[in-house]
Amino acid sequence: MTAVHLGMPALPTAPRGVGHLRGDESFPAAARSALRDGQLRANLGHATTTIRDKRARVVDELPDWAELREAGRALKAATMARLDDHLEELERQVTARGGTVHWARDANEANEIVTRLVQATGASEVVKVKSMATQEIGLNEALEAVGLDVFETDLAELIVQLGEDKPSHILVPAIHKNRAEIREIFARTIPGVDPGLTDDPRQLAMAARAHLRERFLRARVAVSGANFGIADTGTLAVVESEGNGRMCLTLPETLITVMGIEKVVPTWQDLEVFLQLLPRSSTGERMNPYTSTWAGVTPGDGPQEFHLVLLDNGRTAVLADEVGREALHCIRCSACLNVCPVYERAGGHSYGSVYPGPIGAILSPQLTGVEDNASLPYASSLCGACYDVCPVAIDIPKILVHLRAEHVEAQQRVTPEAAAFRALSTAMSRPWLWHLTQRASRLGRLIARGRPTLPNALPPPISGWTRSRDLPTPPTSTFVESWTREHGR
Amino acid sequence: MSAREDVLGRIRQALGPDRTAPAEVARDYRHSDGRPAGDPGLLDLLVDRVEDYRASVLRCGPGEVAGTVAAALDQGMGAGWAPGDVVVAPGLPEEWRPPGSDVDDDRPPVQLADRSAAVTAVAVAIAETGTLVLDGSPACGRRALSLLPDCLVCVVRTDQVVGSVPEALARLDPLRPLTMVSGPSATSDIELQRVEGVHGPRTLMVVLVA
Repeated sequence: MTAVHLGMPALPTAPRGVGHLRGDESFPAAARSALRDGQLRANLGHATTTIRDKRARVVDELPDWAELREAGRALKAATMARLDDHLEELERQVTARGGTVHWARDANEANEIVTRLVQATGASEVVKVKSMATQEIGLNEALEAVGLDVFETDLAELIVQLGEDKPSHILVPAIHKNRAEIREIFARTIPGVDPGLTDDPRQLAMAARAHLRERFLRARVAVSGANFGIADTGTLAVVESEGNGRMCLTLPETLITVMGIEKVVPTWQDLEVFLQLLPRSSTGERMNPYTSTWAGVTPGDGPQEFHLVLLDNGRTAVLADEVGREALHCIRCSACLNVCPVYERAGGHSYGSVYPGPIGAILSPQLTGVEDNASLPYASSLCGACYDVCPVAIDIPKILVHLRAEHVEAQQRVTPEAAAFRALSTAMSRPWLWHLTQRASRLGRLIARGRPTLPNALPPPISGWTRSRDLPTPPTSTFVESWTREHGR
Repeated sequence: MSAREDVLGRIRQALGPDRTAPAEVARDYRHSDGRPAGDPGLLDLLVDRVEDYRASVLRCGPGEVAGTVAAALDQGMGAGWAPGDVVVAPGLPEEWRPPGSDVDDDRPPVQLADRSAAVTAVAVAIAETGTLVLDGSPACGRRALSLLPDCLVCVVRTDQVVGSVPEALARLDPLRPLTMVSGPSATSDIELQRVEGVHGPRTLMVVLVA
């Protein structure tokens, strides 16, 4: 399926053994344990319901949402079609304004570059702004491996880091924890925390403020991601809420920004589209509390050393797939997670990647190669809610089906499902055999013993199908028989 | 081959030799609110939207700015604040400053954390989203000034109030360090419920000057 040009080797996917794009177990196996966790399901159900309602209200408020969405889609498509040109322009502009641009083929290379840059400053600790790209490449582990202390400063990331947990949502990585669980983590892990700390969200936020304040003021190096990199001006943009981003982008002497190559947008004017689409889709606000933009280095204001690391890590392999490349349009709003019935029940950890939910189900398998995340394209009921809310109109169900086809075609051996469908195909192309099969299916009525569905405990290989689906008891007569009886031949 | 050439080469390979020209982007969305900057309806909308973020707005005439800024500081910090605890942007008009306030200079930015409040101007305000944009000019101050003190007072002139995001971006210089402020710092990280006041200023006061 992938568009491979003759004589060219396939483009490399994200390497194994580094970063967080692959889970330890398949989606169905991971989801099975998640589904048994009633607390997790309650937390997720509560949070996603809240955010769905907020999003719907502020989206309905804009009379031109459909036009903005179409402009967002078209801008992303046009950007991808000239991605090389835009990145070169971004590099020129950032360099002209005193920044240094680095290119990283993959996670290992990006981690090496950032580690080297941090070590060159002589600093022993790093403050971090929440960033999907640095989670994807496992940057924290790489920095810690050389003895650096890394402090996540976003409240949810802090909760995840202190709880030695994994993020489960793009926007709210600790969405799987409720206030009582967060209180317990803070009470256990924050040195000198008030023992009378309650689970009031305001008190918890204040505890995080007190914990991080000193770190911000003494930090010499910060690492951030970027929501947008504007090619024609060299301006980078970070969209956030708490002000931890501003602290990191403003106070340290050195700022290192890791940005996926797909985050480039051609012009400053394009930001007028995305700054309307993103906040309303992600936190359900008309605008997020803080958006910071900067171009290179400004004397007397903010870091005087700025490095931009442009990351591939499998993105060019995604770009090579003419159907799948739309996944690169994602602006990481997480609206698709919040509406997904599968995500709401299975939770983010089941996806095994830092990109969970519907967007993760199409992005992760493409970044790693579908063989390394083979179960994800099936982690969907194809209901299409994700497509409806996507602010840049990524047709997620279409790409899911596309990846399923790619996965099936790559299978070396015949699966029971393929064998079953082949048999069905044979039967359906021969009328006499088809009628015989239908009549034979009435044997199912014996197994059902008067119940409306067949028992779940059928023998393999049929159990593979019935484990997660109800099979109705076959009717006493087939449609053709009823038709013949009532209308004649 | 350098990583740069390698990544650019991969992009060219992925797009193929016969890549099509990107389609023209239809920008059929609203480019303007339709009302001119400073329109009374826009001012009301701005006030409504800013207050929705649990910030407070005080309106005043051109001759009453200093007094209104002082009233905003009373409201934001409680009466009894010392003028020396308030630091103002170096380019803030003299007649807007609370008497005796400290003027930001080139001290190390972290020293601003010792101050209780900051007073700045803005470059533009967006009514529809309740957003104030500071652009690092002398009147707005450097970014640390509007970040570290716990109470931020922003003085907005009515002619700076535009309706929509596109109108605001067109007025801004993308080469300056910009900070778009929509309410006090906030988080939705605990059960997706908004809580105001995390690392940035916990109190935001807006003085709207007719």
